Formats: sequence, C-alpha cells, structure tokens
Amino acid sequence: MNTVVEQANPQNWYLLLSTILFSIGVMGVLMRRNALIILMCVELMLNSVNLLLVSFSAYAGNTDGQVFVFFIMVVAAAEVAVGLALLVSIYRNIGTTDIDVLSKLKW
Amino acid sequence: MMNSQLIFFMLAALSILSALFVVFSKNPIYSVLWLIVCFFSIAGHYIMLNAQFLAIVHIIVYTGAIMVLMLFTVMLLNLNKESEPHKSVMYKGAAVLTGGMLMLVLLAAMRSTQLGTYVAPGRAETGFVQNVGLKLFTDFLLPFEMTSVLFIAAMIGAVVLAKKEVH
Repeated sequence: MNTVVEQANPQNWYLLLSTILFSIGVMGVLMRRNALIILMCVELMLNSVNLLLVSFSAYAGNTDGQVFVFFIMVVAAAEVAVGLALLVSIYRNIGTTDIDVLSKLKW
Repeated sequence: MMNSQLIFFMLAALSILSALFVVFSKNPIYSVLWLIVCFFSIAGHYIMLNAQFLAIVHIIVYTGAIMVLMLFTVMLLNLNKESEPHKSVMYKGAAVLTGGMLMLVLLAAMRSTQLGTYVAPGRAETGFVQNVGLKLFTDFLLPFEMTSVLFIAAMIGAVVLAKKEVH
C-alpha cells in the first residue's frame, strides 16, 4: 500500500476536470425528468467536488481535506439511503418517479 | 513524467465520457452502470493523487454500497423499460446551454485565480492510511463518532419511509 505515484501534472488539470464533471451533473439535473437519475447526477456533482478537495489536499500536502472527503462520503451514503427510501415511498403512492407529475408541493 | 500525463488523460476522458453517458442514456439501468464506470475512474484519479485510503473507501462505499442500492431501486421500481416520456429538443438544448454557460463562468472565474505555490504534489504520503487514520482519530474524533448517530438516524428514517403503511 505504500507505493508512491510520481506525477507532476499541473493542478489546473484537476480544476478543469472537476469543473467539467460538475457542469455535466448540473446539466443532467436540469435535463432528466426521472427522479432517480436526478439523484445520480447529484452524486456526480458531489464526486466532482470531492475530487477537487482531494487534489487540493494532495498538492498542499495537508491531510485535512481528505478527512473532509471521508465525511462527505459518509453523509452521501446516508443521504442516498434516505433519498431512495423516499423514492420507493413516492412510487408506491403515485406509481411514477417522473418529477413533472410530482408537482403538488409547487404551490 | 510522460506516463502520468497519459494516465491522467485516459482517466479524465473515461470519467467525462461516462458522465455524459449517465446523462444521455435512455435506459436508467445503463445510467447506473455508466455511473459505476465513472466512479471507478474517479478512484483511479485518487490513486494518482496518492490518496490510497480514499480510493479504497470510494470503491467500497460508492460502487459497493450506493450503486448497488441504486441498481436495486431501479429494478424495484421497474424502470428497466424505456419509460421516460419524450421531451422536446428545445428543452434538452436549454439544459445543455445552461450547463455549458455554468462551466464557462466557472472556468472564467478560475482563470483569474492564483493557485499559490501548488505546482507539484506536496508530501506524497499525505493520503496514506496511516496519516489519514491518525488525523481521523485525533483531531476529528468527535465528528467521527457523531457519524454513527447520523447513520442510526438515516437507517431508522429509511426503514420508516420505505415501510408499507398498514391501514
């Protein structure tokens, strides 16, 4: 486990990559109508931010950022469990996960 | 040095392409599978950044737990047919335009930032299991213990929400 990967990529590349991934996640949230896919796109956005945090932590030589990423993963796991339970409950009551149908909370 | 750049570009292309497939594939099962591919490539990025603990935790938590849960939900909700209603091209175009404009704004903001002295990875052993564990059990002990309360709450909440109501 203690082998070191030697790399000298500029950190800008990681910033660029996580920006692109975050934008794709935003695009998916706006585009898709299925609530499950929207949840997955939110996960994608969360992961892009995690990647950015890990890259800053690695480049600055500070472990705190990686501990934060660990806690974000923990919270994401809890969030997905509750979110999927909500989706199952909604599907059982309404019979669909299309967010155009789920507009009763709108007004 | 050339090698690490090549690996970075391959992993980046894989993660961006699989993220695009997540958004654009019609069948929700394919979306879940492409998201698993995307998460594996992000774990590869973590290994490239010497964050080995997080890479393993990422694979275990995301692809091992979260995505299996999502796959089960897709099958439970019977979404494996192409049940998504057809949407107009204008709607999709507006979404793509909005995402692209957000990316443009973020990149423009990034161009004017100073990244400081972070030109090369610092101490390589920051992400090793030993260092992260040491940090986790000394400085972050209280939040670490609080996560157990969070998990209890999430577990009970999930069971209560997904339970069939008896009348």
